[in-house]
Amino acid sequence: MIRPLRLMALLVAVLAGASGVAHAQVAGQTLKNNQVEARKSGYFFLGQQTKTLQDDDFQNPGMFAVDQGANLWRKVEGSEGKSCASCHQNATQTMKGVATHYPAYDEKSKGIINLELVINRERVEKMGAEPYKYESPELLAITSYVSYQSRGMPKNVDITGPAAPFFEQGKEFFFTRRGQIDLSCSMCHDDRAGMLLRGDTISQGQINDFPMYRLIWHTISSAHRMFEWCNTSMRAEPYAYGSPVYLALELYVAWRGRGLLIEAPGVRK
Amino acid sequence: MKLTFLTAIGAVLLAAPAFGQGVPLQAHLTGPVQPVVKFEIVGKTIPKPLTDQPGDPVRGKRVVTDASNSTCLICHQMPLPEQPDQGQIAPPLDGIGGRYTAAELRLRLVNPKLLTPDTMMPAYYRVDGLTRVQPQYQGRTIYSAQDIEDAIAFLLTLK
Repeated sequence: MIRPLRLMALLVAVLAGASGVAHAQVAGQTLKNNQVEARKSGYFFLGQQTKTLQDDDFQNPGMFAVDQGANLWRKVEGSEGKSCASCHQNATQTMKGVATHYPAYDEKSKGIINLELVINRERVEKMGAEPYKYESPELLAITSYVSYQSRGMPKNVDITGPAAPFFEQGKEFFFTRRGQIDLSCSMCHDDRAGMLLRGDTISQGQINDFPMYRLIWHTISSAHRMFEWCNTSMRAEPYAYGSPVYLALELYVAWRGRGLLIEAPGVRK
Repeated sequence: MKLTFLTAIGAVLLAAPAFGQGVPLQAHLTGPVQPVVKFEIVGKTIPKPLTDQPGDPVRGKRVVTDASNSTCLICHQMPLPEQPDQGQIAPPLDGIGGRYTAAELRLRLVNPKLLTPDTMMPAYYRVDGLTRVQPQYQGRTIYSAQDIEDAIAFLLTLK
């Protein structure tokens, strides 16, 4: 009688290993209490005013991008006479949970792909339309709209199998000192999260809030723009948006925040 | 006679750099790339100043509080109540002038990693061994040699 149980345990272990552990919402975890074990959303490190902005969809400035994305979802473009909705119908149903799995290994490009680049590829291959420029208001809008459909769902990326070497590459980036200032991501976001850097509290550098409306930029932004900003703050040469290096970093950082609920569109200082 | 005397004083005043002014901050980051001054490490110190001009504590205070150039205040608290938003990552600098000599401070500013390899404190006078420095900063130190001397002069006043 004990055998089926053992088999079950083995099966669970194998499945967990194969998928890189599925992350379910943990008890007590909400968008306002978004933590899993020691992993905390950047929301924790915000002032109350910024929290309030994020909490209220009527005040959240990132919701403009979501609304714009909803319109673009239905906009017919390209040689095939299609919109996103032509194939994917109602995004509130078909896109639910999609953002939790990105970035992911992509068989076609033999590399990592993120939500922005998937959207662009669909535009080119299925719609016969031009890809949006990375960080353009349009690409941010569609990405925000799609990500919004996963709001409240735990981030759950796969770092196993063919994704593993890219994960390792992203991890190495995170721990490498760079720039004239000579700091690694980890020195602040692992070792000193919660401490005051000038007047700001250092966050864990989680990305469950992206696309994120950054108040000092007055715009919604991608994780890659934030990577660029962090790099140039260290006086380090950044990489291009959508570059393999930033995609690998995005995979590592997404895994680092595994289980954190997607807040898109987040609001940060 | 009197006029000549005043003219002479005026000439001296004009020739001498105004106290606390000196070279504009960050001139070394925007102008032509300056050669890096060679220095000698003795034990845990750099005994000799990097420049002939003695450190100016007034300019030094401007150097270390320059918000747009990696100020100490990002990480350290300093006994400067007029400065808001002081960092709390690293030890407070209150009393540092009583704890270290100029020679010890010089090594700590020039390259603290020579003492503590895994410290997060930047090396303020170093151009090699760095990764992917932005082109506009390549070959440039965070502080100029005179900045280092002026900063030391200021830190020594924090007794």
